[in-house]
Amino acid sequence: MDVLQKTESLSTALDWASLKLLLPHGIIAAVIVLLMLAIAIKRNHFSATLISTAGLISASVVASIQLVSQLLAANDAADRIFVTPLFAVDSMSVFFVSLLCFSALAIAISAYAYFSRAQEAKEEFQLLLLLATLGAITLASANHFASVIIGLEMLSMALYGMIAYRIHMTNGGAASLEGAIKYLVLSAVATATMLFGTALIYAESGTLVMNELSSGTASPILIAGFVMLIAGVAFKLSLVPFQLWTPDVYQGGPLPAVAFLATLGKVAVVAFLIRLLLISGLLTVYAMWQLIALVAVASIIIGNLLALRQTNLKRLLAFSSVAHMGYLLVAILSSSLSTDSFAAALLYITVYSLLSLGAFSCISMVSSSEAEVDELANFAGLFWRDPWLAAAMSLMMFGLAGIPLTAGFIAKFKVFFVGVSAAEWGLLIALIVGSVIGLFYYLRVIFTMLMQSDSEELLAELIPLRIVDLDSTGLVIVIAATSVAVLLLGVYPEPVLQLMDRVATGF
Amino acid sequence: MSILWILLILFVGGVVAWISEAINKQLPRWLALSSVILAMLPLVSLMDGGDDISSAWLSSLNTAWIPSLGIQFSLAVDGLSLLLIGLTGFLGIISIASAWEEINSRVGFFYFNLLWTLAGVVGVFTAVDLFLFFFFWEVMLIPMYFIIAIWGHENRKYAATKFFLFTQATGMLLLMSLLGLAYFNWKATGVLSFAYEDLLAVDLAGDVERWLMLGFFVAFATKLPSVPFHSWLPDAHSQAPTAGSVLLAGVLLKTGAYGLIRFTLPLFPNASSEFTPVALTLAVISILYCAKLALAQTDLKRLIAYTSVSHMGFVLLGIYAWNLIGLQGAVMTMLAHGLSAAALFSLAGGLQGRLHTRDLRKMGGFWLASPKMAVTAMFFSIAALGMPGLGNFVGEFLSLLGVFSVSVSAAAIAALGMILAAVYSLWVMQAVFQGESTATSGLQDLNRREMLAYGAMMFGLLVMGFFPNLFLVFSDSAISGLLSLDQLVAVAKGRW
Repeated sequence: MDVLQKTESLSTALDWASLKLLLPHGIIAAVIVLLMLAIAIKRNHFSATLISTAGLISASVVASIQLVSQLLAANDAADRIFVTPLFAVDSMSVFFVSLLCFSALAIAISAYAYFSRAQEAKEEFQLLLLLATLGAITLASANHFASVIIGLEMLSMALYGMIAYRIHMTNGGAASLEGAIKYLVLSAVATATMLFGTALIYAESGTLVMNELSSGTASPILIAGFVMLIAGVAFKLSLVPFQLWTPDVYQGGPLPAVAFLATLGKVAVVAFLIRLLLISGLLTVYAMWQLIALVAVASIIIGNLLALRQTNLKRLLAFSSVAHMGYLLVAILSSSLSTDSFAAALLYITVYSLLSLGAFSCISMVSSSEAEVDELANFAGLFWRDPWLAAAMSLMMFGLAGIPLTAGFIAKFKVFFVGVSAAEWGLLIALIVGSVIGLFYYLRVIFTMLMQSDSEELLAELIPLRIVDLDSTGLVIVIAATSVAVLLLGVYPEPVLQLMDRVATGF
Repeated sequence: MSILWILLILFVGGVVAWISEAINKQLPRWLALSSVILAMLPLVSLMDGGDDISSAWLSSLNTAWIPSLGIQFSLAVDGLSLLLIGLTGFLGIISIASAWEEINSRVGFFYFNLLWTLAGVVGVFTAVDLFLFFFFWEVMLIPMYFIIAIWGHENRKYAATKFFLFTQATGMLLLMSLLGLAYFNWKATGVLSFAYEDLLAVDLAGDVERWLMLGFFVAFATKLPSVPFHSWLPDAHSQAPTAGSVLLAGVLLKTGAYGLIRFTLPLFPNASSEFTPVALTLAVISILYCAKLALAQTDLKRLIAYTSVSHMGFVLLGIYAWNLIGLQGAVMTMLAHGLSAAALFSLAGGLQGRLHTRDLRKMGGFWLASPKMAVTAMFFSIAALGMPGLGNFVGEFLSLLGVFSVSVSAAAIAALGMILAAVYSLWVMQAVFQGESTATSGLQDLNRREMLAYGAMMFGLLVMGFFPNLFLVFSDSAISGLLSLDQLVAVAKGRW
């Protein structure tokens, strides 16, 4: 797409018609206030969860309706409305907002089961979750560097609190705090880098509005600014060489917070990255392309290699997320985000967050805030003790490994497809090598669950299974829904593929 | 439609067998057995002409699946697929019989995996959309992985993972190649399609064709297996439960050969005919090297596994002979080896079930204690070494004959493998059944169920040996179509 076509005139006037487009943001903001008041009046974990899930459900529904109407209205010409210079509402932002809201909903529901046995204040977790969600959807629809930074910070600030949430627990409180501090310090550095990058871009181009940007005149300062921005993004996506924080934060944080970090935390930043790359045409600058390709290959290889020897499931998923973000970059890099590769990237990030949600929900099923069960050895023989849970977990692992019958295969196939179309053989070889290494550790998880649990050393580590009761019903529904979605997408992906194509062409 | 029935019965039968475990422990066995038999019934109707007169296929089915990527759910059967599906069904029944007493834990889940493996294999033999083919290619791995990983022997984790990794890694190359093929077709015609018949028409540049062919070849040569991609096989076979070994040796290896015949040769005729010398060399090395390795084994199942690789070398040899005789020989070897290897693995499994060891050094002099088993083993050993009158002889003889007209040296060297085959087959007989009698307590002779299964396989091998034409008529038309590319055959001949 030509860069010039995107410089549409801004309507700075605030009117109701365009404000209505930000209804999901408004709903969540209102629910945040409501929930805060509700907690002040009377603490009740159930009603707090009820309020936040109700808010998230209505936000998701509104966003989905917006998505449908956007896609029905959109023809080939870009259909983009600017709500003040700060926000852009188009097919992509609406798509990401609905994806983010649905993911947040799943996490809010599973957080209820996770914290149901906690003795201390647990209602604020939902509050933080809503705040972080607001930050994420702000980032996904941001069109101005001010709203980018606001969204990013709102997301990160709330996440510090969420990661540190187990701080008072005797068991694992220190690790939780350690994770939060690490994330805080490094994330602050990343934000500072991004701010500096933004300043450089502003100094050179004179604008902070993203759709007025253009890397056409690739001056060194502008490129330096973009590199700093990309570095910040790479930190949030835990791409190599900015992946160091990931395993400790994943291991230390409470499960719902980590699930949030792994899904919404990544999806929102990917939304920003795609918008930035598409609008600035940065990938046409060959040096930038090479730089990002290098990051992609390094992430795939190093992420997978580091995951190989992990014995802790959360650490394993942390390193595997590094590799998956690398795969995503392969899609983005192929033919420099043509419509097809854009659709492949959308599909990949959607499927990745679906699989991550499923995997973390399965771990939540045997964990609680008091005792997190995340060592791989704890899962030995799970297949024979709780076949359904183990089957769901295996499904997620097969999905992450990209085996057919699961959504993961379709997503990886599409990435392969755009890679081959763009003849990026180097990237594809990295993708193949990475997938094979990845297979090794995903299979290890499955094999561990298949082990016969009669040897004594294993019995000692056996985990108490959660009984399906009122507390965990929601979690069970989340696991069932993600499993069905993963299977359905794997067997009949046509509607979703079309949806992604429509979103990509509508942008 | 009848193909869809085969698949559906197997897939649904698997699920039903799994669920039925809750009702009765015996039920999954009977349900699995009856669904395999039921699934094979549509084959009978296909044998006399089929229901699709309009095309070269006996029967076909075609519906849209993922139109936005040009992917169709299309299945088709010709004579070659028909033979191999028949083999799959027959060995499916044999493997259920061999698991009857061996598998006592998680029976339902076992038969679920077994039936799904069969369904995946049938899918591989019938898919004529390359995406669908790849889909089934991968789908058949997962249940097989579970069979090895759950019911396997002492070193099952290593074996199962190695099996999965080898096939997956080379499967990725296959995926990349078939995407490349679809891409070049798309560039040439503007239509994105994975359909076999569309892709046959693609005209590729020499270098591109060579690389894409290599992706296909490596994937299929790993499954076949051929040196140097064979090292997963001895581990997988020796660690798998008997039914798993039977299916692996009897059916799964044949998917590799089928892929070569159905896809590699017709899709990349020029590159494949250029590749002939390399393929023939690999085949000869497989035959001799793995026969030699077999001689050095002390683990009975590992030994049989290496002989499998050696025999599959004849299949590769026959395929790259590029003539009707050679290819028919390859098909015949596939069928005959399917039966004889399955029988030998069942016998090894039977011995392990009775003695709890596969170590040849702990065996000896079993003839007295179990004469029926000894005679059965004798029969299949002789079949494996290529005695005239049995199927294996016909297959290997035809392969060698086909190759002889292309390359005398390859045929001559490969024929040495038949001597080695006699050496290891007879050596096993001596080691297990003759010599000084060792502790044979617990060694019971074959029971009626086992005799029935072995009897059926013996009958099959005899029919193949005496009336090979009964089988060869089916594959004749499929192979003749392939060889209509006369000039290529000539090219292949000139190369060696």
